[in-house]
Amino acid sequence: MGLQLFSFLIAGVIIVAGALGVVLSKHPVHAALFLIQTLFGVAVEFLVVEAHFLAAIQVIVYAGAIVILFLFVIMLLGVDNAEDLSIEPIIGQRPLAALSGAAIFGLLMTVIFSASSGGRITGEGSVSLALDATDPTGEVLPNVEQLAQVIFTDMVFAFEVTAILLTVAVVGAVVMARRIPGALQPLPEVLPIGEFSTEDQGESTAVAATEEGEEH
Amino acid sequence: MILAQQQYLEEFDWFVDRWWTAWLGGDVLFLLGKVVLIFAFLLVSVMLMVWFERKVVSDMQHRIGPNVAGPWGILQTLADGIKLFFKEDITPDGADKRIFKLAPYLSLIPAFLMFSVVPIGGDFRNGDGATNFFWGDIPFRLQLVDPPMGILLFLAMSGLGIYGVMLAGWASGSKYPLLGSVRASAQMVSYEAALGLSLATIFLVSGSLRTSEIVAAQTGGALFVGGWNIWGLGFVPFVIFLIAGTAELNRPPFDLVEAEQELVGGFHTEYSSLRFSLFFLAEFMNVVTMAGIIVTLFFGGPDGPVLTETLGWAWGMLWFFLKVLVFLFIFVWFRATLPRLRYDQLMDLGWKVLIPIALGWFIVIAAREVADVEGWPVIPATLIAFVLVFGLGAPLLMGAVKNARRQRLESEIVEYG
Repeated sequence: MGLQLFSFLIAGVIIVAGALGVVLSKHPVHAALFLIQTLFGVAVEFLVVEAHFLAAIQVIVYAGAIVILFLFVIMLLGVDNAEDLSIEPIIGQRPLAALSGAAIFGLLMTVIFSASSGGRITGEGSVSLALDATDPTGEVLPNVEQLAQVIFTDMVFAFEVTAILLTVAVVGAVVMARRIPGALQPLPEVLPIGEFSTEDQGESTAVAATEEGEEH
Repeated sequence: MILAQQQYLEEFDWFVDRWWTAWLGGDVLFLLGKVVLIFAFLLVSVMLMVWFERKVVSDMQHRIGPNVAGPWGILQTLADGIKLFFKEDITPDGADKRIFKLAPYLSLIPAFLMFSVVPIGGDFRNGDGATNFFWGDIPFRLQLVDPPMGILLFLAMSGLGIYGVMLAGWASGSKYPLLGSVRASAQMVSYEAALGLSLATIFLVSGSLRTSEIVAAQTGGALFVGGWNIWGLGFVPFVIFLIAGTAELNRPPFDLVEAEQELVGGFHTEYSSLRFSLFFLAEFMNVVTMAGIIVTLFFGGPDGPVLTETLGWAWGMLWFFLKVLVFLFIFVWFRATLPRLRYDQLMDLGWKVLIPIALGWFIVIAAREVADVEGWPVIPATLIAFVLVFGLGAPLLMGAVKNARRQRLESEIVEYG
């Protein structure tokens, strides 16, 4: 258990430092990088409690896909410059955020202290319970197999509902990205310099004439 | 609470004791030795790989290629490396200094870590691959680590490798690198899906994520090669993995990331000196690792005839390196012969061809495995699944794609005349 504690403490420091970095850094890209640090620390904590599959999925899904998308949006929208943090977009947002933050902190502390009266506070009880599953020959199954068994037997309904939820989200994104015919104003026709379309020649000539007039 | 703290302190003392005994007992030293060996192996293989690539490409183009430094120019890479080392290191004014300096390492470290799960040798005939020599009673594997998540570590690390490319381009504070990095990350994220789906078929047949067990499941076939996954899975996952892997490596014909004619040098345009060479190192290390992964997953890894009993593990090493060499040659061959894809062709290939085929093939293999477990006739079950997926599903998908394209073209005609 000694190594477990040691790894837990180091990963905890990494997680908290990353979380502080997300909140405190002024640049969105830096904040996203600190978020990766936090997610990575959480993956290490999963490894500490022998949840190898969760650790791998944590890195693949969160660090490898979701934060990449964050960075994509930041880069493509060009939110490069540090935002002015003195402006409050929604009035009363900050005090409310502080209040709910304090409430969540208090709730977590209550849970931890009520659990610690029973001994451990690292949530070992639930973890070791799951590690007890055995195969027909009586050998303790590896974590990946145990997780698979739970997901596809006891939790299969929740699992499938989550899949449907994700599908609905994808369909929603496609619908929102879809271009509805005729909804946009047609773009003005761009003609090479010196050429006019046959239909509205008079108008174009008039425009060209005024432009020339302005130049002179 | 105080009780828990005391417990922690006791555990900490215990840990310190255990650490030193473990150290003296050789466990830690042993692991460190393995790390150093793998590190050295990768560095040397990169050096040789760069030389190999230049030499093979020049042969294919009827040129001589590097021939001055050392016999057959084999030390050319070393000379280039020393030159790069002494060049001036420039950080552009518009760069985000911290991230600019961080990015090369984000590229390099995943490249190293990926190789740690590849078994490079060992005798897998007993289904284990653990070897004991030197210490006699300590059996160990000829691979750095063998975690239960196994090959998922490869996926996770290749996902992290994207950050190196992406942040390098962004932090340079210049438009061409930014375009290169946006292209790169879109390409790598897209092809990772195809990569993962073709991997999933392997999990189905070998029933494990551990690389050592994946290799062990492939041994013992007819003529030494009969058990390899490439036959058992019917080529398709292998072809998809090879194409998606080449795209993941950003190598030709998928090198839009650094398309010289369009983007100067892509994401690393602004890098020079040692920082540039780190990207170069990571790129070639990824090539070697990808070849190793392909061999492990589809060609039985170190599996092959063991000719002498005394050095059983060494034969595995020989077969592994020979197989890797074949794939390194294939990657170079791709580069020398195939023209670069256009960006829309790249995305079409990834999303409309590779991912649907990989998913369909996964369903067929799953049907076969289920029939095998349930005791149903295997061949009819597989055929039924095949016909359902590729006879019914594929035409539906193609119809949907065609319809979407038609509607898009029509709406464009309405809008723009």
